[in-house]
Amino acid sequence: MPETSAPAGVLAPGQPAPAFTLPATPDQSLSLADLKGRPVILAFYPADWSPVCGDQMALYNEILPEFHRYGAQLVGISTDGVWCHAAFAAERKLHFPLLADFEPKGGVARRYGVYREHDGTSERALFVIDGAGAIHWSYVSPLGLNPGADGILDALDTLAAKNGAGVAP
Amino acid sequence: MSRLTPPVGPDDHAQGPADAPVTLVEYGDYECPYCGEAYPVLKAVQQAMGDQLRFVFRNFPLTQQHPHAGRAAEFAEAAASIGRFWEAHDLLYEHQDALDDASLVAYAQLIGLDHAHLRAGFEGRYDEKIRHDFSGGLRSGVNGTPTLFVNGLRYDGPRDVESLVETLRAAAAEPA
Repeated sequence: MPETSAPAGVLAPGQPAPAFTLPATPDQSLSLADLKGRPVILAFYPADWSPVCGDQMALYNEILPEFHRYGAQLVGISTDGVWCHAAFAAERKLHFPLLADFEPKGGVARRYGVYREHDGTSERALFVIDGAGAIHWSYVSPLGLNPGADGILDALDTLAAKNGAGVAP
Repeated sequence: MSRLTPPVGPDDHAQGPADAPVTLVEYGDYECPYCGEAYPVLKAVQQAMGDQLRFVFRNFPLTQQHPHAGRAAEFAEAAASIGRFWEAHDLLYEHQDALDDASLVAYAQLIGLDHAHLRAGFEGRYDEKIRHDFSGGLRSGVNGTPTLFVNGLRYDGPRDVESLVETLRAAAAEPA
């Protein structure tokens, strides 16, 4: 992964992942606590529909089976609202939840240190959280650059090695 | 800097001399419109570089987005089993608007790929190879299609003939 200058305040490995509950669909919400016990990949992205994001989420959608081999759950988060997410997920056939960090706007992004005050969106930021709820790895990508998945996969590898856990073939 | 893993090997589909000073690897999806745009550009780049360039294609089918990409990759790999990979690759990129099964059957006839070979491909004989290409791409930092690597390093620059040839010539001139 290329080096980037992460914005000051982005949560770093070892810190506890701030708890949150956000809408995942117009009538359902998802809490970080619901996912405890397994690794969680939090993918903050600036917006539904912008071409780079689309590619990034489409790529992750394609490699969900790779993430599942590690028992990891992927969650996308942006400041878009639930109906926007619903349309985006349906159009792109996404098979993982997109959370709406919409009210208060960017509240969760702020707590993770990845809110962009002037844009009203989050950074393009990735967090891998361990089963106990601590941040294992974080990365902020240049806004216009799809970070790919190699960093996430490497982080899941080091996490599995640390826990002595196997990875499904 | 994202680096190609695994490096180019004997199982890869390659055009050009194995000892060429520069190797260009494309991770591609046969149904991806951006790969379709890159196809004539890469042909022109190959022409301009001549025997200074080895060109390698690896599979990165985004099957959730592109319903025909998986089958198209299986067809090309089946063609590779009779030594016709590049004919298949070119046919697919020249007919991106017709990649349904019936079209693939017609292309198979065009290149002399018999029904048994094609069926074996469709039944998954080469899926392990396709999956291997895909996983290697993920580990190498492929972030969409097409993604290009020049002598093992991901190329994020502009994808026009002139820029590519300039980059490749510079890479060829570097001491290995």
